[in-house]
Formats: sequence, structure tokens, C-alpha cells
Amino acid sequence: MSITVEEVKKIAHLARLEFTEEEIMPFTQELSKILDYFRELQNLDTSDIEPTFHPLKKDTSFRDDEVKPFDNIEGILKNAPALREETIVVPKVVKAP
Amino acid sequence: MELKELTIKSSLELLERGEITSRELTEATLEQIRKLDPLVKAFLYVNEEWALAQAEASDKRRRDKQAGPLEGIPLSIKDNILIKGHPTTCASKILANYIAPYDATVIEKLKKAGAVFVGKTNMDEFAMGSSTENSAFFPTRNPWDLERVPGGSSGGSAVAVALRMGLGSLGSDTGGSIRQPAAFCGVVGLKPTYGLVSRFGLVAFASSLDQIGPFALNVEDTAILFQIIAGYDPKDSTSAPVSIDNLLSLIEKNSQIPLRIGLPKEYLTGDLHPEIQKALETCLSILRKKHTLKEITLPHTKYAVATYYIIAPAEASSNLARYDGIKYGFRFESKNLIELYKKSRAKGFGKEVKRRIMLGTYALSAGYYDAYYLKASKVRTLIKRDFEQAFREVDLIISPTTPTPPFKLGEKVADPLQMYLSDIFTIPVNLAGLPGLSLPVGLTRDNLPIGAQIIGPPFRDDIVLSLAYFLERELFLKLIPPILTENF
Repeated sequence: MSITVEEVKKIAHLARLEFTEEEIMPFTQELSKILDYFRELQNLDTSDIEPTFHPLKKDTSFRDDEVKPFDNIEGILKNAPALREETIVVPKVVKAP
Repeated sequence: MELKELTIKSSLELLERGEITSRELTEATLEQIRKLDPLVKAFLYVNEEWALAQAEASDKRRRDKQAGPLEGIPLSIKDNILIKGHPTTCASKILANYIAPYDATVIEKLKKAGAVFVGKTNMDEFAMGSSTENSAFFPTRNPWDLERVPGGSSGGSAVAVALRMGLGSLGSDTGGSIRQPAAFCGVVGLKPTYGLVSRFGLVAFASSLDQIGPFALNVEDTAILFQIIAGYDPKDSTSAPVSIDNLLSLIEKNSQIPLRIGLPKEYLTGDLHPEIQKALETCLSILRKKHTLKEITLPHTKYAVATYYIIAPAEASSNLARYDGIKYGFRFESKNLIELYKKSRAKGFGKEVKRRIMLGTYALSAGYYDAYYLKASKVRTLIKRDFEQAFREVDLIISPTTPTPPFKLGEKVADPLQMYLSDIFTIPVNLAGLPGLSLPVGLTRDNLPIGAQIIGPPFRDDIVLSLAYFLERELFLKLIPPILTENF
């Protein structure tokens, strides 16, 4: 197999995902099959080829750095899973000294 | 009102002459949704009260001589495009309760043009899929055969248009998500040149490939919608500084010009379904009357699916990192931050989305970046060059949109690779950023729609539409799904 269960667990951690013990084996097999299919690209010699990351050759366009009002801050806050007044509640990330 | 006789263009004429009102048209559309949507499940969200209020406002604008170019026309919108104050779920549990706080640029433009939104359409979760079976809520069914898929990921939009539940729709196309469902449902679908339509307010999947585009019943209607949504937008840094005017008259004029049309030999061999082959040959014999056909080669076609399924998941894994359970979307409460992230994402995302996040994270991770992501990006250059070379010899390229007619629900769910391969003819177009259109060109013996794809050089969406317009008139098909007539 192109990828092991251990590697899948490592990638899942990097991607902030998790899989149950029942899920992990079939998932590893599926990923392996897809990665095997990707291997056909290795048959191509691309040593002199520049990569294409974007279909348009275009310089990044810049906007003037000016403040523009946004009229629906309430609409943004309403989507937060937990609110206290106008702040979003999250788990504590710093330990008390 | 005979909805199945109406198009956007003919409805605009009736509205202009005062023979119908937007309120009447919208009521008929909502009635159609009530009657037919339970069979096909194309909509994730329908809001009758909202739709009728928009229609009344539209009728008032028309009375006040303030009518826009799409005044009073009912449309549906794929549920990954933001309409302020209404849900945008991307057919995902992670966004099940999300209410859009602002309008996408395309929505702003359609509102200004006078459009009436009737609802949001079903899709594969985060636009990842080719059958609309990956929706976290329910699958959508093909109106031509309820046992078959409508294609995807914009399956709901294609079905809505085919059944006149709105006279047009917007979808998004990352690897074929507009063209493939258009082909499967017998409607027209356009993926514009990358950069022509603003992506601001489209939920990102793979940012170097995503493009919003229209679905409609014919080429003229497609062009009407496209002209309204296209154009430069400072809110999208990849937006091209191009504007599109007088498209309808341009298309009509251009459709008289003889063109050189390329037939990619790599698309016409191997596993192509015989009835699709036959329908394409009918098109070719029509095209020969006016145009010159030429065999061309796109030698790297066979690498396109592998290239795409590295690049698109890589970009997706980065784009979907924002769903962390913190600022919006589903949160699994936990005292531990990492656990909150992991559980929110593990429970919020569906199987295919997780599969692609994993593939993408793997392809970008230390030690594998060169072998996967960088390699695929180099092959992308070769695929792009194939098209550049071809467009030195021909003006346009024609091919089938899909290798097979619509498949059955469940048929490809167990084998993701088989599902990926159903996009073999549409994927290269996104990798190269080109315009592509799917036009209905016939039915199989089993009464299933067949689509032909027309591909153009960058920013020549106009001649793509022109050839489609020519072919549509010569073919003179009127594709009406049987359930539409039975239920009228």
C-alpha cells in the first residue's frame, strides 16, 4: 500500500481531523488506491517544466488601503457558535501561571 | 401560464408588454416547485414569502420605468453562493445554520438587474462530487429518470432549470460541476474563462479552478445571465479587467462566421459510450456545412484526472482549514482547543470532503510536496500547453461533455476513483482556465440527455456561445423531461 495506517493518522492530525478505529482501515485502503493512480504522473519527465499554480498570468492586483464601512457586523456575530456580548467564546488556550 | 414554453428572453418580452407580471411568473414557479421538487429534491431552501416580495418589488420597478435587464425573472442559486440574510449551507452539516452576512458580487449584480431569487439548490458537499449524492442532506434525482443522478456538483441547479423551477440558475464549476450536470439534465451550462466572473461570495473549494457560471434553457438565455454576472470586481484579486457588452448581438453576428473546429482525438477513443459518439457525429455533420473540422491532439489528456485530484484537494485542504468551529459553523464543544477543532471537523464534514482534505494535506506535506503537488503543477503546464498549441491551429474545440450518459444512484459511490474519472473531458478545461459550454445535442434510446462541450481560448467565451447558438438552431431540439408534461 502507498500509505500506512500510521501515516493516515499523522495526516489526519495535521488536517485536524480524526477517524474512528473502524473507519481508519478502509479509509487507508481507499487513499492508497487513489495515490497509486496518481503515480502515473511519475512517468512524465517534467524536469525542464515550470509549474503552473494559476491559470492566468497576472500580477497580484492591489486595492487602495482605505477603510470602508461594513453594514452587517451583527450578521457575522450571529453565525458564531458561542457569544458573550460582542466577543466569540473559545476554550482557554493559556495556562494560568 | 405555460411555464414550459417560456425562456428568460420570451418572459422578458411578455413582462415588458405587460402581458404577465413577475408576481404571476413567480407564483407559477413556486407552484412548479411545490409540485415537482418532492420528486427530484433539487432545492435545499425555498422561501415563498421572500420570492413573492421580490416579485412585487420588481413589478413596481417596472411600473416606475426602472426595469433592469433581468427584471422579474425567477432564478435559483447554488447553495455555495452567498445571498445576504439567507442560508448558505454548501450542503454540509458544518454550515447547516450559516446565514450569509453579505451578498456575493454575482448576487449584487443580479439584484441590480432585477432578478427574483426563489431558493438555493442542492449540491455535492462543498462542490466535491459528480452526482449530488455527496450532499449531507439528501441526493437529487435526474428529472429524465428518477433512478439516475443529475450529475454534480451543481446537480440541483441543472434539475431546477430542466423542470422550469426558475428560468435560470447559477452554479460553480471546478472540474466540470456546471457542464456535467447540464449534460446529464439536458440544459445549457457555461463555465466562463477563469477570472471573468467574480468569485467574491462563492464558498471557496479550489481557488485556482473555481468559476461561477450560468445554467439556462438555451444559449441566448445563458448569454443574458453571463453578461450580467461577468466583469471586473476589485473584491476578487483574480478578477480579470474585462467587461462584456452587447453579447447577444455579437453572438448572432459571430454565428455567421466560418470557424476552424478541432476534434481532440484523445477524447474520441476508448470508453466513449456509442450513443454519445453517434450524437457527436450528428453535430459534426451539421458543423461541416459551414465550418472546417480538423483532428487535433491534446496528448496529456490522460494525466488530467490525476493532476486535478492532486491540485484541487491540495487547494481545498487549505481553503477548508477555516472551518474550525470557532467563528462560524458547527462546533463540538470541548475544553481542549485541538479536540474542539478535530471533533467539530470530523463530525461536521462528510466522507468525500474528509477524503479530499486528507489527499490534499498529504500532497502538500513535508516530503511529499515535490512528488505530488509540485509534480501535478508541472503537468498542469503541459496540459495548458496542449491547448495553447491546439488553438494555434483551430478557433474552437468540440468534444462530448461526458464519457457516459447519467449513471444510476449508488453506482459509483463505493469507488471514488470511478466517480473522479467521469469528469475526464471537463477537468482539463479548468486546469487551463478556459471557457467551456455544454449544449444538449440529443437523447439516448432510453431518453437520457447527451451533451456536447465547446471549448474556447481564454476570454473567447463569445465565440464559444456563438458556435453553441449556431449548433442549437441547426439541431432544433426541444428537450422536455417527460415528468414535466405528465404533471402539467
